[in-house]
Amino acid sequence: MDAVSLKEIASALAIGLGAIGPGVGIGLLAAKALEAVGRNPEASGKIQSMMILAIAFAEAIAIYALVVALIIKFV
Amino acid sequence: MLFLSVSKLRPGALVAQLVEQWPLKPLVPGSSPGGGTQQQSMEISLIPETLGHISNFVVTNTLLTSWVVMVVLIALGIWAGHKPQLKPSKKQNFFELVLETIFNFFDEVWGDTAKVKKFFAFLATFFIFILVSNWFGLIPGVGTIGFNEHIGDHEKFVPFFRSLNSDLNATIAWAVISVVVTQIAGMVALGVFKHVGKFINFKSPIDFFVGVLELISEVSKIISFSFRLFGNVFAGEVLLVVMMFLVPYILPLPFFMLEMFVGLIQALVFTTLTLVFLKMATETH
Repeated sequence: MDAVSLKEIASALAIGLGAIGPGVGIGLLAAKALEAVGRNPEASGKIQSMMILAIAFAEAIAIYALVVALIIKFV
Repeated sequence: MLFLSVSKLRPGALVAQLVEQWPLKPLVPGSSPGGGTQQQSMEISLIPETLGHISNFVVTNTLLTSWVVMVVLIALGIWAGHKPQLKPSKKQNFFELVLETIFNFFDEVWGDTAKVKKFFAFLATFFIFILVSNWFGLIPGVGTIGFNEHIGDHEKFVPFFRSLNSDLNATIAWAVISVVVTQIAGMVALGVFKHVGKFINFKSPIDFFVGVLELISEVSKIISFSFRLFGNVFAGEVLLVVMMFLVPYILPLPFFMLEMFVGLIQALVFTTLTLVFLKMATETH
């Protein structure tokens, strides 16, 4: 296993594994938000803005993983 | 680049030549012109490329883009706010609509209208600047029009413009401005000692540790702000380059739409997070 192929594997693993957590997190967020809207449709505006904010937080973690993968690959 | 011979000046001949050379080879930065059997490579660099120097001050292509966006926004601002009237004209109405939408959104998140009015200029500038600079990076020509620079024995393609937030320097600047202004706003609202007392207090060991954690969390806010914006915009650029490298024609369209959406959401998230941290810093519990 030479350095070049390890680098490729590392870059793939970084983003692959790093996307599992945020994926599950965003799914849970959306599920709970939809449930809340189903119980109280009048609050859907507030719930929607809070949901988008929370999803952006969760997605940021996936973006950190992507940045690490890109750094490994291109630097 | 396709070099079509212009020896035959009849238009039909030109079309015939184009049809002969179908499928057209995509212009890929990093490939040499007329590349037939040569391997075409993509060049993606994390670091923004230098265009030139103004006596020791390095001018990169992202800096040039930021100047263009600034000029556009300042001109737009001057044109929009010129001679406001009590009964608004159509253009004044439009800009008032835009600003009111942003204001209502902030108001809904914060709750306190007086404070939103105080910080509105700061927050709306973040939103508009980041949004316009994100969308500016999608205009055809940005990132593709440039020149080939010779470094040693290989050529590197240097575009004239590059999306502003794909430069880590720019996003760290945004993050530092946001966090520093939040601290100053907190000190102004609560008084210096009370604000610093949130982070350094010796009342009890637990409070001390909580203060230290708060301090670390402030620093991590800078990192998270900058990397969220940088990662989204840079990864979007890489995605577009890869898509255009693979299938240059219809395929990149949904990715452009995704990038427009992502640009909007990231501007919104940056501004909303700044707003939330401002709210937490200036409220008296």
